[in-house]
Amino acid sequence: MLGLNKRDATLLIVVASLAIFAPFILNPFPEGSAMAQFNAGYPDLMQRFVIFGVFAIGFNLLFGLTGYLSFGHAAFLGIGSYSAVWMFKLLGYNIIPGMILSVIVSALFALLIGYISLRRSGIYFSILTLAFAQMLFAIAYSDLIGRFVGTSITNGETGLQVYNSDPQFFHSVDKPNIPHLFGQEMQSTYTLDAGAWSFDFNFGYYFSALVLIGMFYLAIRIFRSPFGLMLRAVKSNQQRMNYTGLNTKPYTLAAFVISGMYAGLAGGLMASMDPLAGAERMQWTASGEVVLMTILGGAGTLIGPVLGAGFIKYFENIFAKINDNVLHSWFSFMPDGLEDFMVAIVHPFVGKGWHLTLGLLFMLVVIFLPGGLVEGGQRIGKMLSRKKADDKSPDANKTPAE
Amino acid sequence: MDAILLQILNGLDKGSAYALIALGLTLIFGTLGVVNFAHGALFMIGAFCSVTVQRILTLSTTTIDETQKDFLGNPLKVQTPYVENWFGPEIGASIISWSVPIAILFAIPVMLFIGFAMERGLIKHFYKRPHADQILVTFGLAIVLQEVIKYFYGANPIPTPAPDAFRGSLDFGAMLGLDVSLAYPYWRLVYFGFSALIIGAVFAFLQFTTFGMVVRAGMADRETVGLLGIDIDRRFTIMFGIAAAVAGLAGVMYAPINSPNYHMGMDFLVLSFVVVVVGGMGSLPGAVLAGFLLGILESFASMNEIKAFFPGIDQIIIYLVAIIILLTRPRGLMGRKGVMEE
Repeated sequence: MLGLNKRDATLLIVVASLAIFAPFILNPFPEGSAMAQFNAGYPDLMQRFVIFGVFAIGFNLLFGLTGYLSFGHAAFLGIGSYSAVWMFKLLGYNIIPGMILSVIVSALFALLIGYISLRRSGIYFSILTLAFAQMLFAIAYSDLIGRFVGTSITNGETGLQVYNSDPQFFHSVDKPNIPHLFGQEMQSTYTLDAGAWSFDFNFGYYFSALVLIGMFYLAIRIFRSPFGLMLRAVKSNQQRMNYTGLNTKPYTLAAFVISGMYAGLAGGLMASMDPLAGAERMQWTASGEVVLMTILGGAGTLIGPVLGAGFIKYFENIFAKINDNVLHSWFSFMPDGLEDFMVAIVHPFVGKGWHLTLGLLFMLVVIFLPGGLVEGGQRIGKMLSRKKADDKSPDANKTPAE
Repeated sequence: MDAILLQILNGLDKGSAYALIALGLTLIFGTLGVVNFAHGALFMIGAFCSVTVQRILTLSTTTIDETQKDFLGNPLKVQTPYVENWFGPEIGASIISWSVPIAILFAIPVMLFIGFAMERGLIKHFYKRPHADQILVTFGLAIVLQEVIKYFYGANPIPTPAPDAFRGSLDFGAMLGLDVSLAYPYWRLVYFGFSALIIGAVFAFLQFTTFGMVVRAGMADRETVGLLGIDIDRRFTIMFGIAAAVAGLAGVMYAPINSPNYHMGMDFLVLSFVVVVVGGMGSLPGAVLAGFLLGILESFASMNEIKAFFPGIDQIIIYLVAIIILLTRPRGLMGRKGVMEE
């Protein structure tokens, strides 16, 4: 199917169905029940799942395939957001020009930054990308270019947004005054009530999900192409590649630019869901977050980054909601003293302490499970199939790698 | 002339902090070959050592003074720190005011212990793993340390004043006989002197002791030193502890300049990496030189005359310089050949 072998096609179908049925999957608990706080099926959060999924897939194309660890990828996300909002300001709220420009502009920046940074490898590359990203962050945060040319480009700390006085060349009264796709508003949501459950179907979410599926397909094709093979060769032994007389620079640069375009696209999507672009999106902690997502899910695997992005964004949201009252209700079956003790122990890790849990989890994954969640799944799968193989046929294990 | 002098002075204190952190980073990198992203967190923990000591010294007893009333008309609660009870009010008050220098004594064992624990408990297992893994695991550790500090001390910056004796500022203009005033806070001078002392001590330790000689030999050729029957790993562990202590002390003394908050480490870390790379990975003099150089450069760029010409150049100058240097001198200013060159 679509030039994919059976395993990759299965993977694509799995991702596509996860994305399409997400409103059902993420809302398993009836409205109003005690477990309803674990529902994540509201539009805002689902949009973030898929947008960060696109971002992480793009990052993985660079880090997973070539092994170059970029610590400044959020810069491209921010650049994408700024370009999209500029298109909203100049041309109007249709998101298509914004998305196109965000990809083009981030590609240009990635070309420039990649061309310079890729002259070095290893730790130098990480630090160079970090330096570039911090520089761009400083430029955006204090609107330095704007101060040069005399008109605001990034609008500094406030963040770039659309004002009524903006030209919006193609805007007319009959068109919605929020981001839309040929008149269909991004925010429009259809709510389906089925008994005690209620499911939200948001147009913006489904648009982003389509983009995610398309980008995931593209990533599979890149992974399986000769180009992808070349990138993997760079990862395993760049020196040997150079000795065979091959210049690896064009390949790594292409990977860097593609990865930057993915990030720019994610930034454009983010601005399309909420027409605001702020500099904090570009800070290096944001770059660190996409690194966390990719590693946690499994770097170098196809589905890992998507899983990692979903995992982090889901738990970030859910953990933040768990407060002491919830904890007390969980441990209420215990004797009083023990209950308070358990609450006191768990308390630092939930609510505002989510980053502590994330940091610990991330360290554990790096130490014990370098392949991330995907490797964990494979190990469990192998253990299960080995048990089965004892009483059935020996060649039963075929877990979907990558 | 006076403006230039002032900018050099201003650059010195920030440059000292960069130089101290970069020195520690380079020590770890040069000996163990590990890129420590948690080094900024060590700096931050050092700063919180100051906070801790200040809090311990101001632990108080509460007595109710019936003769005085507070604004609600209730008897006034008077808090007296224990040290004032024990040593009398005057000596006690001066002990409290000197809490930051006292924190140095507290920070050295704490930081050495944290350094040893980090190396033995975690980093030891990452020598054979790729550099990317080392970066990632120390990055995770930095997040954890930062969040632990945030849990215990809260998210807001905690003011930690310098001793009363160093509160004021020194007028350089009058001292040098210039007719302009060049006010410069005493504590920044103290910080500069302190960091010069630490840097000198580290270099002297490496240059003039047998232990330092063995460490330097190990940095040059670890395998041969091992073949000579020297337990180089143990010495490198001690160097890690020393590097952690250097970062911690930089943090302890920085607390009065910039009130400690839980993410100050991350802010300094990025710049310190740039400093290390500019100085040359693995070169100790390079790290110190680049630290002061970039600190002074940054303060020059924040002069109004330059800012009028190039708005906001002060925020990006360090990164610009780093990029230019890496492109023209890929090994940094004083980088050794063969370090980190795949």
